[in-house]
Amino acid sequence: MGSNKDIELIEDGKRMDGREFDELREITIKAGVLKRADGSAYLEWGKNKIMAAVYGPREMHPRHAQETRKAVVRARYNMAAFSVPDRKRPGPDRRSIEISKLVSEALEKVVFTEKYPRSVIDVFIEVLQASAGTRCGGLTAASVALADAGIPMSDLVASCASGKIEGQVVLDLGKNEDNYGQADVPVGYIPRSDDICLLQMDGNLTEEEYEEAMDMAIEACKEIHGIQREALRERYSTELKDENEKDLAEGV
Amino acid sequence: MKEILSKITKDYLYRLVKEGKRVDGRNMFEYRDIEIKAGEIEPAEGSARVRLGDTDVYVGTKMDVGEPFPDTPESGVLTTSAELIPMASPEYESGPPGEDATELARVVDRGVREGEVVDTSELCIEEGEKVWILFIDIHVLDYDGNLFDAAGIGVMAALMDTVVPASKFDDAKKEEDYPLPIDHVVVPATFTKIKDQILLDSQLEEEKIADARLTVSLNENDEIVAMQKGLRGVFDYESTKECIKKAKDICSETREKVIEEVGRENI
Repeated sequence: MGSNKDIELIEDGKRMDGREFDELREITIKAGVLKRADGSAYLEWGKNKIMAAVYGPREMHPRHAQETRKAVVRARYNMAAFSVPDRKRPGPDRRSIEISKLVSEALEKVVFTEKYPRSVIDVFIEVLQASAGTRCGGLTAASVALADAGIPMSDLVASCASGKIEGQVVLDLGKNEDNYGQADVPVGYIPRSDDICLLQMDGNLTEEEYEEAMDMAIEACKEIHGIQREALRERYSTELKDENEKDLAEGV
Repeated sequence: MKEILSKITKDYLYRLVKEGKRVDGRNMFEYRDIEIKAGEIEPAEGSARVRLGDTDVYVGTKMDVGEPFPDTPESGVLTTSAELIPMASPEYESGPPGEDATELARVVDRGVREGEVVDTSELCIEEGEKVWILFIDIHVLDYDGNLFDAAGIGVMAALMDTVVPASKFDDAKKEEDYPLPIDHVVVPATFTKIKDQILLDSQLEEEKIADARLTVSLNENDEIVAMQKGLRGVFDYESTKECIKKAKDICSETREKVIEEVGRENI
């Protein structure tokens, strides 16, 4: 975490972008946006723009990575070169390799992998525009893409970060808050089982602050879970409606 | 993983071509719907998203100050790269750019470079010492055929959308940001040949059975600035001439669409 004391992050009890301490940035999710992928979702979260796509279950390559009794969920988190102010060199770096691993593990928890032995479910997360919180956005979008692909799942993973700025615990750090704040706690949450499937933290928090941050993040994940379900409902209810209308027109 | 078209699909496609028809009912020299959206990516100096039917491509430009090449001390540096990420198709795999991505990037790059789209002499800050480096990145999200045109159109739109971030660099010698100096508007038109039939803007299945591909890039004076024949098949000389003739009308229409979206006039 940075320690630039000159940057002001809180003014008159509000954050610089006018948010309350426990307020999320605006989130919109659209399911089923790509043609080739088996499932996809596009997410905008504040200024983040993230696409997630799912292919599979399909044959696992390389062979030695196959699991005889279950499918492997393999996420790949990638940032476009133009997604950040300083051009990111294309290809995986240590950060994106770590995020890919954590997201894979978080998603594997909700997928019924035992249904597809020896196969792989590929999840691709492309960050087109980054503004703090891309791993949470990516995980959130990826869950919707998995559901859009028709992969059997016990629940959707919702994800959100909380953190600390100027000694105050806040939800969903913005870009400056992430760069100059004192702590960042990304959380992945499975509402139905009340499980935490992703947890990282860097910075400095007391035990009380940790609890406050987690409570905030979990509450927010529940809200995000609603947005995820709404995105899926929107995608599939319209199609059903169209079909009904067609049936009516044909007199079925 | 290579995708395979079933024999029945292939036969169907060949039959259509023979009858002078296309899968989606288009004319032979008609584009699918082209949707261009510039400036969607804020951190980029310029950006564009192009949708050509279901093909979906993002292009972003970034600029940095660096050293010129020793043989061109007075020119800025231009680099184009393309990523065919595994999101875009079950055929693509992660890893460093392969042959297809490299060809795509180089064909598009040639249009921009040889077409003198960007006035690179204007990108010189200090002769032999400091110049602007312009990165063009092509990011394919959904591959449904004809990446060459989608990327070429996207690159042109992104360049026209680009603002040189001079205020961010102390050594840029200018304090205010200014639009990237654009001299020409170059757009490609890509034809594919299936048996003896030539068609524009092949979608995925057509591309899969195509024998040969020809990309022609034209500037606003109808001058050819770059060409590339791809795939294993051949064109005869007459049909290349025909393609160029057709490309003139096609490109000028595309060019208008780009200019309309980016809304830049001083060209």
